[in-house]
Amino acid sequence: MKPFMKTGLYALLLLTLPFFTDFAFGKTWVRILDFALLYVMLALGLNIVVGFAGLLDLGYVAFFAVGAYLYALLASPHFGLHLPFWLLLPMGAFAAGIFGMLLGAPTLRLRGDYLAIVTLGFGEIIRIFLNNLNAPYDITGGPQGIDLIDPVSLGQFSLNHSVYGYYFLFLFLALGTAFVSTRLQHSRIGRAWVAIREDEIAAEAMGINTRNVKLMAFAMGASFGGLSGGLFAGFEGFVSPESFSLTESIMILCMVVLGGMGHVRGVIFGSVLLSILPEALRYVGPAQQSVFGKIYVDPSSLRMLLFGLALILVMLLRPAGLWPSPERRRELAAQGETARHENTNVYDAARD
Amino acid sequence: MEIFLQQLVNGVVLGSIYALVALGYTLVYGIMGLINFAHGDVVMIGAMVTLTVARLLSNSGLPGPLIVLLGLLAAVPTCMATGYLIERIAYRPLRNAPRLAPLITAIGVSILLQNLAMMIWGREYLSFPQIIPSHAFSFFGASISTTQSIIVIGSGVMMVCLSFLVKKTKLGNAMRATSQNPEVATLMGVEVNTVISLTFILGSALAAIAGMMVSAYYGIAHYDMGFMLGLKAFTAAVLGGIGNIEGAVLGGLLLGIIESMGAGYLGTLTGGVMGSNYQDVFAFFVLILVLVLRPSGLLGERVGERP
Repeated sequence: MKPFMKTGLYALLLLTLPFFTDFAFGKTWVRILDFALLYVMLALGLNIVVGFAGLLDLGYVAFFAVGAYLYALLASPHFGLHLPFWLLLPMGAFAAGIFGMLLGAPTLRLRGDYLAIVTLGFGEIIRIFLNNLNAPYDITGGPQGIDLIDPVSLGQFSLNHSVYGYYFLFLFLALGTAFVSTRLQHSRIGRAWVAIREDEIAAEAMGINTRNVKLMAFAMGASFGGLSGGLFAGFEGFVSPESFSLTESIMILCMVVLGGMGHVRGVIFGSVLLSILPEALRYVGPAQQSVFGKIYVDPSSLRMLLFGLALILVMLLRPAGLWPSPERRRELAAQGETARHENTNVYDAARD
Repeated sequence: MEIFLQQLVNGVVLGSIYALVALGYTLVYGIMGLINFAHGDVVMIGAMVTLTVARLLSNSGLPGPLIVLLGLLAAVPTCMATGYLIERIAYRPLRNAPRLAPLITAIGVSILLQNLAMMIWGREYLSFPQIIPSHAFSFFGASISTTQSIIVIGSGVMMVCLSFLVKKTKLGNAMRATSQNPEVATLMGVEVNTVISLTFILGSALAAIAGMMVSAYYGIAHYDMGFMLGLKAFTAAVLGGIGNIEGAVLGGLLLGIIESMGAGYLGTLTGGVMGSNYQDVFAFFVLILVLVLRPSGLLGERVGERP
């Protein structure tokens, strides 16, 4: 098949997918598709930080929250402001990027572990602030969150919470982020990220300003999160601190790790897989009810349990993910060879 | 002044618990250079097991302290086994993998333990039965309960024992050798794998004791209680200098005092804008400040860039 025909076929499939889904499974599943696309954007953002630059960010959802709350505050009756979305989305991305820089700056000089724990803390702290900034001045609406957020609209034309409208908007933006990600990966800075991930000291010796480049990765990833946050607020019409828990951060991390860290297609695959599969777990509850007459295992805790297990198993068995990039697969194969030949593993040597 | 003393006492009690958990982080970090994200959740398991035993025996007529002791006897082996299994399954196969890999499995283990606990014990807050008779005695106007004094004395004894173990015994010698250079330690006849397993088991035993203290002191336990506690204890370890035993103790006590003073005075200082609901934020700002100003911590050696 000719390449342009292949592309055309994919395009046709993606454009008609929501209509088929609606026909076969109903509108709820179109909504799930919308969320899957939102997660694709989020996972691609986290992939820049974790996959390309090799920095573990465990509070990624905080940047998502920054974008979502910025949109919610400036386009809802909460403060009586109604700014247009094409202004708010870049603002959200920018604000999240600033937060990312502030957070990354103190830790990037140190070992990666510190960044992991600081981001983990930040993810929780931002939730404490969102929960408590409703007294004495009501800024974030506290635990109730902010309601009646304006839908995404351009002039007279409003998407008005239609699942189809958002599908096409998200599809367009997800493809855009995928394109940007791929271009970034093969750019000068993308190569610098990979160099740092593989060997920071060698990268520095090659003249890469490791601190700035890492900060760049962190800010870039955060701004993708901020952008998706704004879209989420417009799509849902409602934000509250509950949507931005650690669970979400872990889920996004899981998408990146499972799909294949640093491989754009793998990450897209991972995020679509993990946003659709858990929906199937919804049927676990009723199924138990009908078989055992009682719900033994709560489906939502089962979901998280499986995510935790997936993180461990993928790292142990397929460290490059379910769909690794071709280069990464070759590297791993080569590494396995040398290890077997030289028996470099000192701990194994000790046991023999 | 009385409020100040009272907050100081509360801070020291809280700090002793943080210190005990921080020791677990510091031991593992010192020997392997790995942040064991699941450590906080091991504390949670300890708390849950103690609480379950206490609930089962609360109507048996046994004296309260004995019941808690029995709970501890159940919790310590459970946590030791958990700690051993975590190291064996999630960390050992990845010792020579890139740095990111064990960090990701660590967070995976943490999520796994939390959700297992949620399946076993449910998502409600469980309350600890009122079995320990509480006498409060006064100390320059601040009141100290029996539970509080037992916590402080108990963790003090633990820390002295641990310090002795690491500095004076053969196992301690092997641990220090492993932390300096595992390969050379192997050549000198140190069973590195055994030493690392024992370190995890030791840290988990301390976690079980800390879990018992937390659940008995606050009177509640919850499946995700380990998360914040772990984060704070890690902050304490970094504040004192990670990998350093005295540092963990100092950091724990300091963080406990900062937190309880902060929670007590923040409302007055900010004119009521921020209250004690921001208590959990302090640890985070302390962590950021330490990382900016003195990443090696108060008593630690210089933390290098990635090795």
